[in-house]
Amino acid sequence: MPNSETVKEALNKKAAFGKDLDLDHYDERADETIEVDDLESSEYKKYMEQVGIMADEMDRTGTLLFVDNNPSHCSTKLQEGIEMMSTKQALARYDGLKDYFWKAMDPTKDKYTAKTYLEDGDGYFIRVKSGYHIKNPVQTCMLLNKDKSIQNVHNIVIVEDNASLEMLTGCSTAHHANDALHVGVSEIFVGDNANLTFSMIHSWGKQTGVRPRTNCIVGKNSNYTNNYVILNPVGSLQSFPVATLGDNSSATYNTMCIAHENSEIDTGGMVNLNGFQSKAQILSRSISMGGHMTARGRMVGNAPEAKGHLECRSIILKDGGATLAIPELEAHIADVEMTHEAAVGKIAQDQIEYIMSRGLSEDDAVSLIVKGFLSGGIKGLPPELQRELDEAIAKANVGD
Amino acid sequence: MTDMLKIVDLHAEAGGREILKGVDLTIKEGETVVLFGPNGSGKSTLLSTIMGYSSIKVTSGEIFFKGENITEMTVDSRAKLGIGMMMQRPPNIFGVTLENLIRTAAAENADKVLDEADNFKMEKFLDREINVGFSGGEIKRSELLQLTAQKPEFILLDEPESGVDLQNIDLIGRKVHDLLFEDAENGSQRHVSSLVITHTGQIMDYIGADCGYVMRNGRIISSGKPMEILNDIRENGYGEEDE
Repeated sequence: MPNSETVKEALNKKAAFGKDLDLDHYDERADETIEVDDLESSEYKKYMEQVGIMADEMDRTGTLLFVDNNPSHCSTKLQEGIEMMSTKQALARYDGLKDYFWKAMDPTKDKYTAKTYLEDGDGYFIRVKSGYHIKNPVQTCMLLNKDKSIQNVHNIVIVEDNASLEMLTGCSTAHHANDALHVGVSEIFVGDNANLTFSMIHSWGKQTGVRPRTNCIVGKNSNYTNNYVILNPVGSLQSFPVATLGDNSSATYNTMCIAHENSEIDTGGMVNLNGFQSKAQILSRSISMGGHMTARGRMVGNAPEAKGHLECRSIILKDGGATLAIPELEAHIADVEMTHEAAVGKIAQDQIEYIMSRGLSEDDAVSLIVKGFLSGGIKGLPPELQRELDEAIAKANVGD
Repeated sequence: MTDMLKIVDLHAEAGGREILKGVDLTIKEGETVVLFGPNGSGKSTLLSTIMGYSSIKVTSGEIFFKGENITEMTVDSRAKLGIGMMMQRPPNIFGVTLENLIRTAAAENADKVLDEADNFKMEKFLDREINVGFSGGEIKRSELLQLTAQKPEFILLDEPESGVDLQNIDLIGRKVHDLLFEDAENGSQRHVSSLVITHTGQIMDYIGADCGYVMRNGRIISSGKPMEILNDIRENGYGEEDE
């Protein structure tokens, strides 16, 4: 691990992508611990449910809620096979988590990781033990509750060999904390013959800054799926999660975004195809409603018989913003097969008229295409996420 | 019989080039009309103009449907009046599944038609984005499933047999027949009219065409019994090189 002087220097290091946020702008501390025993009667329930976190915890294995920088709620229905606690508890219990803590992420990556390191950010720790397949999803919620403050969280997720987990992560902003910054460092470790589906739904304020930093290391014969959804206005969001794959493993990134007026979204993902016959699929579908939207995808082929496909599709419904699709393929050996396609523009008139020829008005045809473009274009989403996504899209008022 | 469709001296252009150069055509209620003509003669453009696609611009002339002037009408208004079209090469519709479109556009018939999707060999395509990655036969069957839900009174069929293998032609032919002769087996009168483009004539085995027309260079140049026209084309071609 780097010494703290090196990390302090990184506090001035701009991120590779996205607008540079001034950390000094967020001069309020948000250190208060707010304990929430009963999610159902909590004042945060409405914010949680906006992002798919069920307060009644029906069909959920467990729930972890963070309000600002401290854990507020942790519950699990299972006694065996899964551990859920705060990162600080796990550090204390497991000798500093020396195989995991800052092992997938370099704290000097940029100013945001450095800040989280220096603030010694807490977060959630979730571990599925070898041989256990957790049937119902675990849900986690990160809530911003104090204006002009920074939420620095550091999460660790471990799915051991021959195990599987589905996670639903919802992040949201209380209405009085619009101008705050969320920094979430997530280090994810997927073992051999293991599966992890990690789905995030975000709903922030119109000024909120969002800088998640997620790295995932995947073993052999395993699958990692990362779903990301943001449909509501946000100030500035930049995220570029990275997965590194072992032999015969696969990674899938699905990103669905709406960039509203005055929103800046720069998102996507990167996969290092380091394992023999490793596979990756990066799919991005976005809509600009007058906002700035950058959809990135990057694949690096380092191992024989690695395969990948990258697809960025973006519809512009309203002028005033900008849309940028950046698909990148990089190969270091000959025996790889990687492809990409990207499309940016309005909905083609022939598609609209085709739908109209079945009797729908032009507005209804556009709405059907736009909603379907976001929700139906990506196959194999977990049913829970699909349901949440469909509900969010119905409320998103796009193309109507 | 009253007129279902009446086209009067229709001129239209696409991409700045005049394609239809004075088309006159009348189709009676319940009548099935076959349209022949060499490639590039304007047949598909005529069908697209009747449906109202904006890629075609009508420069003069008029189109009447059930007595109403529809020349300036939007595509959806025409569909609501009862016009339906099976396109030869429909666009890929990213994001909209076949089931979603049928449920949205034809809610009242959707359950029944979707239950019968296996009769169209489309049961595995209901959750697919429309036309994306479909083969020639799959596109035709998808179009027919949609039209069956839509229940138009007048159907435009642009080469329903093109790109379809022999096995599928029978299925497609039977489904086109069902569309045109809806409820015929119950003894009630057929009421669906159609305008059908064909090059091979294979579809004629299923539709009992009443009348045939030949189009050349943007105009209808002759008419007659469909089989006689087809046989004449088979023997003599269209007489000149394609335009």
